[in-house]
Amino acid sequence: MAEVRFGKALNQALSDAMAADERVFVIGEDVGAAGGSFKVTRDLMATYPGRVLDAPIAEASIVGIAVGAALTGMRPVAEIMFMDFITLSMDMLVNQAAKARSMFGGQGSVPMVLRTPHGGGLNAGPQHSQCLEAWLAHVPGLKVVCPATPADAYALLRAAIEDPDPVIVVENKALYAMKGDLAETPEPVEIGRGRIVREGRDATIVAYGATVGLATAAAATLADDGIAAEVVDLRSIQPWDEALVLESLSRTHNLVVAHEAVESFGVGAEIAARMADVGFDELDGPIVRVGAPFAPSPFGRTLEAAYRPDAARIAAAVRRSLS
Amino acid sequence: MDRSELETLYRRMLVIRRSEERLQKLFADGEVPGFLHLSIGQEAVPTGVSHHLTDRDTVSSNHRGHGHTLAKGVDLTGFFAEIMGRATGLCKGRGGSMHVADLSKGMLGANGIVGAGIPITTGSALALKMQGGGHVAAVYFGDGALAEGVVHECFNIAALWSLPVLFVCENNGWSEFSPTERQLATRLDRLAAAFSITYRGVDGNRVEEVAETAGALIAGMRETPAPAILECATTRVRGHFEGDRQDYRDAAEIDDLDARDPLRLAADGLIAAGTAEAWFAGTLAEVDAEIEAAVAAARSAPDADPAGMLSDVYTVEA
Ligand SMILES: Cc1ncc(C[n+]2csc(CCOP(=O)(O)OP(=O)(O)O)c2C)c(N)n1
Repeated sequence: MAEVRFGKALNQALSDAMAADERVFVIGEDVGAAGGSFKVTRDLMATYPGRVLDAPIAEASIVGIAVGAALTGMRPVAEIMFMDFITLSMDMLVNQAAKARSMFGGQGSVPMVLRTPHGGGLNAGPQHSQCLEAWLAHVPGLKVVCPATPADAYALLRAAIEDPDPVIVVENKALYAMKGDLAETPEPVEIGRGRIVREGRDATIVAYGATVGLATAAAATLADDGIAAEVVDLRSIQPWDEALVLESLSRTHNLVVAHEAVESFGVGAEIAARMADVGFDELDGPIVRVGAPFAPSPFGRTLEAAYRPDAARIAAAVRRSLS
Repeated sequence: MDRSELETLYRRMLVIRRSEERLQKLFADGEVPGFLHLSIGQEAVPTGVSHHLTDRDTVSSNHRGHGHTLAKGVDLTGFFAEIMGRATGLCKGRGGSMHVADLSKGMLGANGIVGAGIPITTGSALALKMQGGGHVAAVYFGDGALAEGVVHECFNIAALWSLPVLFVCENNGWSEFSPTERQLATRLDRLAAAFSITYRGVDGNRVEEVAETAGALIAGMRETPAPAILECATTRVRGHFEGDRQDYRDAAEIDDLDARDPLRLAADGLIAAGTAEAWFAGTLAEVDAEIEAAVAAARSAPDADPAGMLSDVYTVEA
């Protein structure tokens, strides 16, 4: 067991995957010599010569090249420097990677990974802070994961690389420096399985990525008032662990879904809708969502702070769900 | 090129021509759903290029992909069944004309998105280079695709990384209903020069010329990985899609279609080289019989089954 930072855990996962499988390679802007904008690919180019490719600024082609290489027997891991820039690669994700297997009648698959950072906290403004994971989760054929701890960052990235289908690994920028334990031989994590972070009997808070920490902090505040909130870390957004959420709801009978992405039409909307359907009989109160307001992510310190969900808003949402 | 090789090329073009003529009729009779973009008049391009490719070499294609697919050696029965939306289609009837693929033949798919095959093929070429072995990837696209950004991105990347990708432009002068000069401010040879990529332009209606030029480029790429651009001037005989009345096209442009017909040009060459009348008649009969058998098999196959829609979305079902 060693304490590592989230970014280092991702680096370790890439390194171990490349050591284990000749077919794995890394492609992206500044991922090689520079080690990546957030240093996740640091030193890999020297360790694996020829397998870490510094690509020109051409997001559509980086992703398209990953699709073609995957169809030709490789296991590419592409990096898109900020999640905002996936807009430039949407054809390759949505029309090519996602549906190749189905539209070719199951003749093959596209075992590629796309890693990309989302989220605010750096005052990086409206084009460098967005959380766009709901777009991708909406597309049949794509899988989306979003780790909340260094251990999960390692395990989910390894699982994504092993997976035969295209997987988007969304990394919250605020987490890169987070420290946590990484076992000598880490336990594998299955894509699609969530985990209970903190147990409670009064309400369930479902979150993923950096919001898991906020949900846990909210649960601690609520505990002072005698409210025991259970925190579920989704880990995977598509597919998501519906059974685990339903099971938790069946214990607590109240549900809050929290994420940093814009609330409207988001991941929270999907979870709320499913639970309103399959979990209707378990619900004692309204399902409450917490997310960013329906506005572009703003730049100024006061603006961004007001825009991003925090523990207080999550705690208030739990109180509302109990009313 | 000797006569028997030319006969092979002619036969391949004939398979494409007769298949598409058959599809045209099936479409008119309501037996083909959706859109149908025929490549009649353009058969020499994929025939000449794929003549030099093995199953390990990859190709990808565009919306006008029947010729590219058949030239890569894809099975006729699965091909017809796919375009007719049958369960026995190469893609289980889920792709249709614009998405026929056969990965076992290195055919990575036709594509409904103009230009999209280009990054996919560039990535395939990267994989083939990393895997060693002297294999190459080829991509077919129209002059219209030259206006798409990914084309320029991939010319740049393929040149920077010396990837064994053959960019084959089928310049038929049309991009849907618009002539090339309204779509592109430059020429492909100039683009190639700007990216330091080897360029060859050929009469894309002369299969021997396409085959010889493509053959030399491909042989070079197998030795020393590097991209090349092959521009084939060719002719779109039919409309953009079946049902297109082509009222935007003036008569003069379509006037000498016959004289430019790649099959006719190849036949003239073969006759001069001594191929007998009987060979042509025999080959036509054989090809038509193969096509009829494929159509009959597709007709008697069940329609694609909606119950299967949820399978193959992911490799392992949840
Ligand atoms: C990205 C995209 N934009 C537009 C279209 C609609 N479309 C289909 S074919 C075509 C023209 C393509 O022309 P060209 O590439 O020259 O091929 P040709 O049809 O002449 O063979 C257009 C605009 C599309 N399928 N994809």
